[in-house]
Amino acid sequence: MTAPLGAGLGLKPQHGAAALACPADGLWFEVHAENAMVAGGPRLHWLEVARAAHPLSLHGVALSLAGAAPPDSAHLQRLARLVRRLAPALVSEHLAWSGWGESYFPDLLPFPRTSEALRRIAAHVDQTQTALGTRIAIENPSHYLRIEGHEWDEVDFLAELAARTGCGLLLDVNNVHVSARNLAFDAQAYVDRFPGDPVMEIHLAGHSCDPALGPTLLIDSHDTPVAPPVWALYRRVVARIGARPTLIERDGKVPSFDELLAERAIAADVLRRSAQPSEVAA
Amino acid sequence: MTPQAFQSAFARALFAPPQDGGGPLAALTAQPAFAVYRNTVMQGCVDALEANFPAVARLVGRDWFRAAAALYAASRPPQDPRLLFYGDGFAAFLEAFEPARELPYLPGVARLDRSWIEAHAAADDSVDLAWFASLGPDALGAARVAPHPAARWHWFPGQPVFTIWRRNRGAGEDGEIAWQGEGALLTRPHDTVQWRAASPADCALLDACAAGCPLANAAAAALRVQPDADPAQLLAGLLVAGAIVPAPMAIEGETP
Repeated sequence: MTAPLGAGLGLKPQHGAAALACPADGLWFEVHAENAMVAGGPRLHWLEVARAAHPLSLHGVALSLAGAAPPDSAHLQRLARLVRRLAPALVSEHLAWSGWGESYFPDLLPFPRTSEALRRIAAHVDQTQTALGTRIAIENPSHYLRIEGHEWDEVDFLAELAARTGCGLLLDVNNVHVSARNLAFDAQAYVDRFPGDPVMEIHLAGHSCDPALGPTLLIDSHDTPVAPPVWALYRRVVARIGARPTLIERDGKVPSFDELLAERAIAADVLRRSAQPSEVAA
Repeated sequence: MTPQAFQSAFARALFAPPQDGGGPLAALTAQPAFAVYRNTVMQGCVDALEANFPAVARLVGRDWFRAAAALYAASRPPQDPRLLFYGDGFAAFLEAFEPARELPYLPGVARLDRSWIEAHAAADDSVDLAWFASLGPDALGAARVAPHPAARWHWFPGQPVFTIWRRNRGAGEDGEIAWQGEGALLTRPHDTVQWRAASPADCALLDACAAGCPLANAAAAALRVQPDADPAQLLAGLLVAGAIVPAPMAIEGETP
């Protein structure tokens, strides 16, 4: 039997052997799927070594599930090959688009949440789950813009997407905090309404203020430690829905592995406490 | 608005100058936060090019490189979501780029940076020295070999591109550079990309092998470009470098 996934970290090549040899209980690693879509060579070999030591999560950023067009079939096949080769414990993608025509834009772009978009995205998620032969988790993105034409609230949209396709959800708590600040909604109310059962994974990350606009616009920058209000939201979520595999994302100004491990220990502690409701008896 | 119209207008606005206020998404693009998307997309493209072309970036300096990369990104956004492969046309772009005119070796350096990525990410294959050793002289001439999937080779007439590239990949050499044509061979027999100088004969032999010629014809092609070359030595050198593998057909091919 495999150990349950506890708190995980993004796998950084610069952390090398220290990361793979780390014996922390429940540790798992997440990688961006696109970085591993190569025919051969050291990137794949390194992931196979990592996979032998710890569970792996493949986090896609480019399937463009909210795109007007279906996911690119070559890209989907590459993802399917990677899933077969690495047998990841989790596979996830975003409620966003990033491709238009022949072009790919390295970002997670927004769209009006209409009923038509829900039908379209559900079809794309179905297609993806069929191609991969596995359930995927869909992540709530960070928001910066007020978009006209929404027919659905994001929580309801994601809940309905999960109900229609059987997909899981990835609740990014930092994205909720960032979006709530930028669009002036209540982050606590958002996480309190988020459907708990489909949540397969939780993301935590740091954010920063926009260099031009200051604290009125938060950027999901992944280059700082997780902020206190995000930890508070996280505790609130776990208290309500129970423990879920939780990732600390760090993509910029990456500190030492030990520093990340110390931050990860906070999440691991939250998860451990939620798994032992009768702490006194224990 | 259809999803197609929304995405098309959004995509156009990502690369349009901020003062292009019009368009069907004016209410979106007029928000200061639209710049977050513009900046993230552009920074993602430019960061990827800087990572993929380190020798070019080191030669021209970070500011020059990022300015040129931004122009390239605006005219040719990525098509492949694997940003490791972004910059397929960057060498050709630099060739036609007026401010780079004084650095005629720059496109060649970009080609070697690109070749490094291709070698790094290519399929694995094992170099079968025993197979070569087992071939008698007759069978050797008829044998077909293929370049290893990770092998990349270039000849740069008139420009010491390989030396310039190597020195800007942190190879730590200095001294006078002899201003003459140079070739380069990049291979990755195992996990690490390796490089060495390549002669015109090496390149001709590899070209012929890639085109499916038997070794005897490939050796003849090498001799045509470099009459004093020794085909046996060329072959031995390419084998040791891990640049060639038995062609898939060679097993069943037997003697003609």
